[in-house]
Amino acid sequence: MPVEEIPKETLLWMYETMVRIRLHEERVAELFAQGKVPGFVHLYSGEEAIAAGVMAHLRKDDFITSTHRGHGHYIAKGGDIKASMAELFGKKTGSCKGKGGSMHIADLDVGELGANGIVGGGIPHAVGAALGIKLNGLESVAVAFFGDGAANQGTFHESLNLASIWKLPVVFVCENNQYQISLPAKEHTNVKDIAERAKAYGIPGVAVDGQDVLAVYEVAKEAIERARRGEGPTLIEVKTYRFRGHFEGDPQVYRSKEEIKWWKENKDPIKIFEKILLEKGIFTKEELEKVWEKARKEIEGAVKFAEESPWPTKEDLTEDVFSTPTKGVLVWQW
Amino acid sequence: MAMVREITFAQAINEALDYEMSKDEKVIIMGEDVGRYGGIFGATAGLYEKYGPERVRDTPISEAGFIGAAIGAAATGLLRPVVELMFIDFLGVTFDQIFNQAAKMRYMFGGKAKIPMVLRTTCGAGFAAAAQHSQSLHALFIHVPGLKVIMPSTPYDAKGLLIASIEDDDPVVFIEHKGLYGIKGPVPEEPYSIPLGEADIKKEGKDVTIVATAAMVHKALEAAKKLKEEGISVEVVDPRTLVPLDVDTIVNSIKKTGRLVVVDEGYPRCSFATDIAAIAASKAFEYLKAPVKLVTPPATPIPFSPALEKEWIPSAEKIEKAVKEIL
Ligand SMILES: Cc1ncc(C[n+]2csc(CCOP(=O)(O)OP(=O)(O)O)c2C)c(N)n1
Ligand SMILES: [Mg+2]
Repeated sequence: MPVEEIPKETLLWMYETMVRIRLHEERVAELFAQGKVPGFVHLYSGEEAIAAGVMAHLRKDDFITSTHRGHGHYIAKGGDIKASMAELFGKKTGSCKGKGGSMHIADLDVGELGANGIVGGGIPHAVGAALGIKLNGLESVAVAFFGDGAANQGTFHESLNLASIWKLPVVFVCENNQYQISLPAKEHTNVKDIAERAKAYGIPGVAVDGQDVLAVYEVAKEAIERARRGEGPTLIEVKTYRFRGHFEGDPQVYRSKEEIKWWKENKDPIKIFEKILLEKGIFTKEELEKVWEKARKEIEGAVKFAEESPWPTKEDLTEDVFSTPTKGVLVWQW
Repeated sequence: MAMVREITFAQAINEALDYEMSKDEKVIIMGEDVGRYGGIFGATAGLYEKYGPERVRDTPISEAGFIGAAIGAAATGLLRPVVELMFIDFLGVTFDQIFNQAAKMRYMFGGKAKIPMVLRTTCGAGFAAAAQHSQSLHALFIHVPGLKVIMPSTPYDAKGLLIASIEDDDPVVFIEHKGLYGIKGPVPEEPYSIPLGEADIKKEGKDVTIVATAAMVHKALEAAKKLKEEGISVEVVDPRTLVPLDVDTIVNSIKKTGRLVVVDEGYPRCSFATDIAAIAASKAFEYLKAPVKLVTPPATPIPFSPALEKEWIPSAEKIEKAVKEIL
């Protein structure tokens, strides 16, 4: 989509969002290496254009479901970075009170229905959100994010079928970063484009370059508007690449250093976008530098908040299992 | 006597797989990242290079599909698949294949089918892996008739029990605790098999019996060591195989000590711990000098924060306390 056709504030928002995600992820990598962020941490560096290009069309009352690689979706949907940073540390002030961690980052107040530790686990939830939207006569939409690996899980196929027969306002966004941990996509999937699978369910399917935020923006616009008009679901496959290991600490024996270097040098979504913005004279170098500066400050503030936050206590352990108190012992302890 | 070399739990698993693959062409491995990557915990390292991609198969994320395929292949007798479910938590997406298909085929078909397959999987908390990557769900498998359920605690047991499991003609669920992969212990280089259904007394004692599984065996031994300093003699019984269960060894130990503590990392109700307590109540009631004590996590999902997770997992201190309460 020609950059001139996109409102300037949207362009700025997408750039800011991508920068915030990148800086967030690279900072979390450091914090993981320092032992401050424990557990399994899957970072989104390299894939930022997808969250930004899709979420540019979403409102607060729209819903998304995310994956184990969920920080980018959370940030782009409007999640609070302070709360998520504290969550990554396991602090009481975290978005999930320290109970979820990186793989379960969620903010239901902004329609972020949660990252997920089960590959393919979130896709049907987006279908359910869309069913709720439809039956309540709302104008919202739901978007399911998932990886190339998840497209071989039963939930993917069952979800596309349900959404298509019920004509639900849902968009399926497959982030094809070409790997399912160590397994290259061409070894787990026999079609060239996962988008082709849309045919089997009688819905539109489009493949798009995920390193080009403008391309993602355009494809997402059409799919989301279509869903809002009540014309049913779309499958979007976004071709992308993760710059870091599958999780932090991954020795990456399955791909070469040259391959990673090539992608970082030639296909960095932020650099590609930046070049367009500068060449077309939409923003000056100084204006873009300010974005980085502001994002850095925001993230350092979040880290400080997380560091200074208290740990949850023993009493918190047995809270939040159920929402309704009843007679009898609900949370058993010997 | 020559010293037996020491290897890790993961290496012991690897040796058992290697031995079975070299011995029997029908043995194949399937699972996510079991090939080039050598398994996410390194248990299948080197096997892809040695036996090739036909016999060591990296699968898509389609657990219902590839585990179902392993069951079908086993039912034909054409293969003896060893299939890896990366985390026991992912059981949810494939449970039908295991509890309605693998577990029941032989019985439903009047004893005509054999299902020689092993489902290897990992369990255990302690790594801030949160609610969907930390569970110990062995009780779910024990509950369903038709599955053999193995849960080793040492490298020695791991090798011998995995060899026995692969050579067994029934569906076996082989559960490896993530916290044990790095521990070292003596393991003979030559292959050997430990019969399914034989408990092992990891430490003899006379005052209290502790029945524990997997990582909890080590916590029980730690508690036993501390208690010994206070003059309390603890016997630690490791059932090793939960189905079939060596009831005699457990009951005989209770008869000897008159006191029972069960330590388990599974959720507290309808659990392995309650199962052993029920066995004690019905088979050794008259020998019990005190109530049976159970040391388990509370009935909550597993929290992410290390500050909460350490409260959730049964600790050596909690075990010590339980022992003292019934003395
Ligand atoms: C049901 C299930 N199976 C396996 C896993 C282990 N696992 C976590 S991420 C992952 C790969 C996911 O690949 P993809 O969907 O392409 O997402 P990516 O990590 O590449 O973003 C696997 C196999 C899991 N979490 N859940
Ligand atoms: Mg992928």
